[in-house]
Amino acid sequence: MNRKIIAGLAATLACSAVLADEIRNYRAEAVAMMKRDFKAKGIATTDRLHEDGVQAICNRSGDNPPKDIAARLEKDQLESVKYPADGKLMGDWKAGEKLAQSGRGMTWSDKAGVPGGGNCYNCHQISPTEMSFGTIGPSLYQFGKTRGNTPDMQKYVYGKIWNAKAYNLCSQMPRFGHVNALNEKQIKDLVALLLDPQSPVNSK
Amino acid sequence: MKQRLGMLLAAAALTTSFAVHAQQSAKKAPPAAKAAAPANKSEVSKEFEKFREVLEEDNPAELYEAKGEDIWKNKKGPNGTSMAQCDLGLGAGVVKGAYVHMPRYFADVGQVMDAERRVVHCMIKYLGYSEADIRKQPFSNVNKTPDHVSVITYVAAQSRNMKIAAPQKHPKEIEAYNIGKEIFAYRAGPYDFSCASCHGEDGKRIRTQDLPNLRKPDEAIRAYQGWPGYRMTGGFMLTQQWRMNDCFRQQRFPEPSYLSDSITALLAYMTVTANGQTYKGPGIKR
Ligand code: HEC
Ligand code: HEC
Repeated sequence: MNRKIIAGLAATLACSAVLADEIRNYRAEAVAMMKRDFKAKGIATTDRLHEDGVQAICNRSGDNPPKDIAARLEKDQLESVKYPADGKLMGDWKAGEKLAQSGRGMTWSDKAGVPGGGNCYNCHQISPTEMSFGTIGPSLYQFGKTRGNTPDMQKYVYGKIWNAKAYNLCSQMPRFGHVNALNEKQIKDLVALLLDPQSPVNSK
Repeated sequence: MKQRLGMLLAAAALTTSFAVHAQQSAKKAPPAAKAAAPANKSEVSKEFEKFREVLEEDNPAELYEAKGEDIWKNKKGPNGTSMAQCDLGLGAGVVKGAYVHMPRYFADVGQVMDAERRVVHCMIKYLGYSEADIRKQPFSNVNKTPDHVSVITYVAAQSRNMKIAAPQKHPKEIEAYNIGKEIFAYRAGPYDFSCASCHGEDGKRIRTQDLPNLRKPDEAIRAYQGWPGYRMTGGFMLTQQWRMNDCFRQQRFPEPSYLSDSITALLAYMTVTANGQTYKGPGIKR
């Protein structure tokens, strides 16, 4: 009896030794390799190679985390959104359009302290006059027209731009407020670009 | 030579007219059809394709091929060694077909190397080029196209119209592929981007630039096709290593060291994915 268990255990151990040898953790090896190979340049420092909690979950689940974990982490992300103290969420859509156009920010060729842009047109269609738009994200043309601009909608859009992961944990959209890529005023201006009835986004 | 110069000038003229044209078409185009899903290939891309076809009939990359060939065949190192001793994987001095068989494992260094890394390795070892100098300016700019870029262009051209066949036999080759696959998917940095953020889905673009889905064999070829590429804006040759470097910049990552294992792994992943397809040689990039 004892012998059987021991033999069984030994077989299991031998088997897992083979497995350990074959199933390598290439992910960990890849991260270690990058940490060896990458060097800080300008504002792009090497601490950027470390994952934060959200990135870690998305990286380990192929951007498809278990629902309950996603819901928990989205809640955390939402709780960290800082809404404006004055309660006003809509700024100036014209300034918003300029920001949406700019693809600057956070690269090693961007200077420290120079405010970045929104990069929005890299991924979204927005105003009907701008034909040079990317398609990684959905079209936002007529966003306010179709979704309305109630206080709740303003709060959603402000929160989405501040931290896209609060609503969709592994979204491809950056967390602009969360990482200080955009400030409160800039985000207000972008909310106006999408929701202000005067904005070309909502013209017919 | 005169003819070449004329052709290059013509290319430059085309480039500017292309840029202007692209801008105009962007501004004048009618508003999007009620925010319908935009066509996969942007209008600007289509126009660029037309110019590219015209240009490729007399490819400006040939100028650099010729320069690279000259260096490969005629330069001697301080010890009298030459590139004839350089083994690109198919035997000492064999250039034909070598480019499409890399990245591969090289027993003499105990490492997997991509083509650019191997060529530079040989230029240092046999021609006495200084590694420090090469690292000082690894990529071309308007002022200077470094010699190694010309040599890489020559080597690449010697695999024109051949099938890509990066080997997956040696354990280190398999390892490079698997690590590259993970690097491709690794999201980090202030924008949470990985390569897959921009190259993980079909039919996407950034502004007007079409983004290949590099996980698919028929699109992974774009990691290879037309590289090294003659950049119309600026008028110089850029290599795969440059492309990787600039994508990491856009990914908001720190900078990968030139010719590092991480880049070789990424190139191994994309090249193996593209295996079996035909490499048309150095090309033209906007
Ligand atoms: C790198 C790509 C990328 C960038 C840059 C980007 N977005 Fe997005 N965005 C997406 C994707 C993908 C989605 C859809 C998935 C999701 O909702 O998270 C999205 C969704 C949205 C939504 C929600 C749409 C809805 O139907 O509810 C809004 C609003 C939005 N983006 C606004 C912006 C604004 C404003 C900017 C610029 C500050 C911006 N985005 C920059 C990729 C991007
Ligand atoms: C934020 C966006 C972004 C990220 C992240 C990104 N790329 Fe790119 N990539 C681009 C753009 C834009 C182009 C240019 C497309 C063109 O020229 O039309 C490009 C081009 C390429 C090309 C050449 C395609 C061709 O047709 O010549 C390759 C290969 C490539 N990227 C690989 C990668 C890899 C590998 C990574 C990760 C290290 C990566 N990219 C990350 C935006 C990105």
